[in-house]
Amino acid sequence: MTEIPLQPAAKTQGSLDHVFYVLKANPVTLIAFAMFALLIFSAVFGPALVPYDPLATNASNALQPPSAAHWFGTDNVGRDVFSRVIVATRLDLSISVAAVALSFVVGSVLGCIAGYWGGWPDIILNRFLDTIMAFPLFVLAMGIVAALGNTIENIIYATAIINMPFYARLVRAEVNIRRDAGFARAAKLAGNSDLRVLAFHIFPNALPPMMVQVSLNLGWAILNAAGLSFIGLGVSPPTAEWGIMVAEGANFIVSGEWWLAVFPGLWLMIAVFTFNLLGDGLRDIVDPRKRT
Amino acid sequence: MSAMLSVKNLAVAFQTRRGQVDAVRGISFEVSKGEILGIVGESGSGKSVTSYALMRILDAGGTIKAGEATYSGIDLRRAAERDMRDIRGREISMIFQNPRAALNPIRKVGHQIEDVLRHHARATRYDARAKAIAALEAVKINDAEARYNAYPFELSGGMCQRIVCAIALACDPRLLIADEPTTGLDITTQKAVMDLVRDLIREREMSSILITHDLGLAAQYCDRILVMKDGEIVEQGDPVQIFTDPQHPYSRKLVDATPRAGETVRSLLPPEDRGSEPTPIVGDKTLLEVRNLTKTYAGKSGPVHAVKGISFSIKQGQCVGLVGESGCGKSTTSEILVRLMDATSGEVIFDGEDIAQVPARGFAKDARRADIQMVFQDATDSLNPRHTARQTISEPLRRLGRMRSAQVKARIEELATLVGLPLSLLDRFPHQLSGGQKARVGIARAIALDPKFLILDEPTAALDVSIQAVVLNLLVDLRAKLGLSYLFVSHDLHVVRLLCDHVIVMKDGEIVEQGAAQDVMSNPKSDYTKTLLAAAPKPPLRRVTN
Repeated sequence: MTEIPLQPAAKTQGSLDHVFYVLKANPVTLIAFAMFALLIFSAVFGPALVPYDPLATNASNALQPPSAAHWFGTDNVGRDVFSRVIVATRLDLSISVAAVALSFVVGSVLGCIAGYWGGWPDIILNRFLDTIMAFPLFVLAMGIVAALGNTIENIIYATAIINMPFYARLVRAEVNIRRDAGFARAAKLAGNSDLRVLAFHIFPNALPPMMVQVSLNLGWAILNAAGLSFIGLGVSPPTAEWGIMVAEGANFIVSGEWWLAVFPGLWLMIAVFTFNLLGDGLRDIVDPRKRT
Repeated sequence: MSAMLSVKNLAVAFQTRRGQVDAVRGISFEVSKGEILGIVGESGSGKSVTSYALMRILDAGGTIKAGEATYSGIDLRRAAERDMRDIRGREISMIFQNPRAALNPIRKVGHQIEDVLRHHARATRYDARAKAIAALEAVKINDAEARYNAYPFELSGGMCQRIVCAIALACDPRLLIADEPTTGLDITTQKAVMDLVRDLIREREMSSILITHDLGLAAQYCDRILVMKDGEIVEQGDPVQIFTDPQHPYSRKLVDATPRAGETVRSLLPPEDRGSEPTPIVGDKTLLEVRNLTKTYAGKSGPVHAVKGISFSIKQGQCVGLVGESGCGKSTTSEILVRLMDATSGEVIFDGEDIAQVPARGFAKDARRADIQMVFQDATDSLNPRHTARQTISEPLRRLGRMRSAQVKARIEELATLVGLPLSLLDRFPHQLSGGQKARVGIARAIALDPKFLILDEPTAALDVSIQAVVLNLLVDLRAKLGLSYLFVSHDLHVVRLLCDHVIVMKDGEIVEQGAAQDVMSNPKSDYTKTLLAAAPKPPLRRVTN
């Protein structure tokens, strides 16, 4: 009853206009997208642009503090920390994006089935997810990597498995509340089978909250991958990776060489921060109701 | 009688993404002691905002821009928030639209009444319980002692609204603002609640403001009516005078659009839009026959018999009304007929074949899917928020009609013209359309493939009366033009009478009466139909019929 008479709405905008509108309306989103673009840029072009080979050692130039030549200083075997931090972006982002994509797809399929049909698949799925979530998730990931073997693929699988329950539960709830919505019933009357109603009518409506989850999860996944490397699982030295770099640099903090651990740690923090900020903006972009 | 509440040039504005929106533009009125004032208007007219402004509970972004509001010498616009807290509930109290949303779902209703009493120091820890029970008894709740311990979800909608009344009246306020108190309640419950509220107001010599979209309801219960449109008062006066001789064109339009005895569907429209009413052709052939249809759900406490063996038939081109209150099984029946749900037993003979044999799950692939379609109750809920109007209408054309893009485009434009939807709106999303436009999209989708049988599930329940008038007329025109057969499901006998040739009245899963619409309306056989007819608000008849 409090509906306010709207001015005649402007012509429907295209998707790109809408993206620009969202970015313009919310400066935080704009910053997040700019930082995200920077991360993507360093992941794609970083290895080609960095001043030094990230693996080249130079014993005579070890443990130098940050300077004009070496912006982030050098590590104990004389490798340039700046080059290593930038190059590591590609690996860390790939791991997290792959893991999140995997858990998004698997979680969505399972959640859709459970939320739409209910009954025993729902009960089984829920107990299964409860079982996964009953473990401390990082310990579970450690266990999976230790059992399957110390490879990057296995880090991705482990990260995907521990994140999957969040997607499955979210999708289950979103699908469940829309299962009997008028538009779903109308879609059946238009000749859509249950599967089509679910995939083309109900699931897309679950996307806005999913986007928030995706972006938060990207941050967690990066932390998780770095954490596994930090304790010596997954990526092995001398590969440039933020977790390993922090782990190696930690030994030198007591003796005053702080730059070894601080810069990779800072980049890790920036990446996680970016993804956390990104969520709201992504949701606004995929939600047609935000368009005017 | 002196003025208890006086409002002068009140203006309220909201700050939105598109700049400032004026919701109320300088209105002035007075409420005298002991008077019931009705504020009538359609959605967006600013009637609820006015009451929120008086209580100073405007949503975020809303501010009182100008004007004065004085209640017994207190300046409501400038009073401090802590003074307002004392005024709310003790001096002025409010009944909200949705009783279930207004009650705290996890607190016993008795405790919720105590909260108000204790806040205003009307009760102490020791006598709060007794006073709360007395308040429940005042709103005529049977067995108040036991209901004291009930949670809102254990009570029916009408019962919840009585609890809300009990809370609002617990501290003997002098002014009661009722904002659409009976929207969403059944018609018999509406009468019970409204009668109760009126009796209590008279008994306690209170004043009241009744905010409603239903001019008929306001006419029956109010001493004086204000008609609002776009934040302004366009007319005010005595209910009978407004009904018999409305001065402003807008109030005339509202009066015309209010369904009541002795009107035709065309006379709901403003005189200049009426035109002649088409005569539908009712064939002799039976299109649909329902035999002994039953539906039983497995409930938590034993089986629930939603539909108990009903039989009826619909002829080619006929419009049959299915009337009943919530829980009577009318929605279950329509879901079974449209093949979204399987019946427990019984036959549904459509065009000579029993379609109840085809499971609902596989009916999407059935050849008769396109012949049986439905217009849903809530147009907003029935449109996919991610699809534009064009995509929504194209869905059946592509899926069932197997049309190519060029054909689809042409057909969509043809349909949009048929239902009166401007072509420029086709690329909008549902949230960018008004209620009436959404209803048109829903109707266009339902008739896209020229169905033989259309189920209309309260298609106008969520619409304003003037838009209801337009949509009802559209449905009448379409029926005559396309030779459709309708099953019109509704709780409102007056609306059903306008459209239907034949009426079926359902109660508790059984048919209590059926017959020609005129007979059932003018000479009801069953007691239940009589109750239903008696409960409907009776607006004064129009003096000048044009």
